[in-house]
Amino acid sequence: MTLSGKRRYVLPGFGLSLGFTLAYLGLIVLIPLAAAFIKTSGLSLADFWAAVTSPRVMASYKLSFGVSLFAALVNAVFGGILAWVLVRYTFPGRRIVDALVDLPFALPTAVAGIALAAIYSPNGWVGQWLDPIWAAGVAQLSGWIPWVDWPGWLGGKLAFDRPGVFLALTFVGLPFVVRTLQPVLQELEPELEEAAATLGANRWQTMTRVIFPELMPALITGFALAFARALGEYGSVVFIAGNMPMHSEITPLLIITKLEQYDYRGATAIAVVMLVASFVLLLLINLLQKWSRRYYRV
Amino acid sequence: MLIKNILLGALAIGSTALASATSVELLNVSYDPTRELYVEFNKAFAAHWKAKTGDGVIIKQSHGGSGKQARAVIDGLSADVVTLALAGDVDAIYDVARLIPKDWQKRLPDNSAPYTSTIVLLVRAGNPKHIKDWDDLVKPGVSVITPNPKTSGGARWNYLAAWEFARRKLGSDDKAKDFVKALFKNVPVLDSGARGSTTTFVQRGIGDVLLAWENEAFLALKEFGADKFEIVVPSLSILAEPSVSVVDKVVKKKGTAEVAKAYLDYLYTDEGQDIAARNFYRPRNPAIAAKYPGNFAKLELFTIDAVFGGWAKATKIHFADGGTFDQIYQN
Repeated sequence: MTLSGKRRYVLPGFGLSLGFTLAYLGLIVLIPLAAAFIKTSGLSLADFWAAVTSPRVMASYKLSFGVSLFAALVNAVFGGILAWVLVRYTFPGRRIVDALVDLPFALPTAVAGIALAAIYSPNGWVGQWLDPIWAAGVAQLSGWIPWVDWPGWLGGKLAFDRPGVFLALTFVGLPFVVRTLQPVLQELEPELEEAAATLGANRWQTMTRVIFPELMPALITGFALAFARALGEYGSVVFIAGNMPMHSEITPLLIITKLEQYDYRGATAIAVVMLVASFVLLLLINLLQKWSRRYYRV
Repeated sequence: MLIKNILLGALAIGSTALASATSVELLNVSYDPTRELYVEFNKAFAAHWKAKTGDGVIIKQSHGGSGKQARAVIDGLSADVVTLALAGDVDAIYDVARLIPKDWQKRLPDNSAPYTSTIVLLVRAGNPKHIKDWDDLVKPGVSVITPNPKTSGGARWNYLAAWEFARRKLGSDDKAKDFVKALFKNVPVLDSGARGSTTTFVQRGIGDVLLAWENEAFLALKEFGADKFEIVVPSLSILAEPSVSVVDKVVKKKGTAEVAKAYLDYLYTDEGQDIAARNFYRPRNPAIAAKYPGNFAKLELFTIDAVFGGWAKATKIHFADGGTFDQIYQN
């Protein structure tokens, strides 16, 4: 950031590497994305607006962004704990647990979706116990607070409903939080906590004043990655979401639906909205991260 | 050096294999449930072609949702022939990409549909919910599994069959719409394709009845045991005509026009019809159909052309954005 343009670098090759970077980004990222915008430009503004604001599409934005955000938040908390345990403690099987974390990266997401659906469906291993509990819980909530449409918000069952979307998105996002936090935690020496203790800090103070500020930037990065990944996820979700219109359809599914009707422009129109919205959100998260770094580092 | 030698060796083996293999290769782009049918048919056709011309032919198959497959061809997958779930998807290959002529459907007998199928109801053994016909599907407490008509060709047949049943029974399109709305209220999961729905019903154990292709229902019985499911034949259903076409622009470029045409023609021969029938597709040839009396129950069948005015019109009214399928979910 503070490097001035006139600075002499020890190693040569700035021009070459920048050129390479631009060409690489152009081929892999910018040109495909630009194609989406160009394809959309065939639509008149009114058609574009109609395509991206139809009720089904609006309902899908709410679901996609809402559940992705929630899944990323949950991952930030539990992924954080997981990373902490993996770095700070040694226990039998730690290496295996560590390797398991990467599984969502490697597994084809369709396989993940099918596996999750099999396990959480009403006759699945976990679903046969948890599904009735979930349904009863939602019914109970509706009894207590009848003016909120609980089944509409939370879904009346686990698999093939909104909780299924949440499960799938949490699954694919988990490794991002763990893997961004781990190296930071490894750098964070336990001596720091001991020093804090000798200086009279209690456990809570050590946690909030010493450890947390160090972790915050990495945690936000992990959160942003998990969130972005969840927004774009398609393969696993469609197998477990139930895909009910106006209720459990994610935006990527609607894009596929449009393509299925040979409506290429409509599909790219929705894609463009998602792109812009994701870009703005990620930018905001980046700003937040920058701010947190400054705020905590004083 | 060693690695280089190995690579060179592999390359040499690969190229000799290519050279000794025949020069003719066809790609048949088809939809999901035809996998077993075309494995058998391709073998028969290759033998027939060899006997007739002395040339070998290798046929590659590609399967997936019908609409997705049509899109792949439009986007440049070089299919010599397409054998898709509905004429509407083949139409798109003309509409969007002009790879085939407008009147493709007239080039082969029977609307270019060498075999047909229909939509039946697959229920669990013993038929615990006493499902006999379409109107049992709207009863409260009956859970129905069907894919999403927006993404699945098979589901469009389901939807239109239910619609026409209700229209005839209740007397108007408005009432038919209410009927279909009530039916979809009973659908807990909308999978994106027919195979997905079969999995949901058969393996996840969800739902009381699956709206399925007749051939898919028979396949489920064959694979999972006739003691687990029963086929219920409704009083009225739709005549599904999966259509086939040569992709003109592709065969012209590849020089495979002759063999591609022969491939599709072979579907209409006794041998081809018999293979279709063995795989639970209704053959066009009545003599062949008569050989499999247990497979094809008699029921009243209507065609989409006669009742809905063809795919283009039906798609526009029912499945396009803002069509009846969108409406039943939005109010």
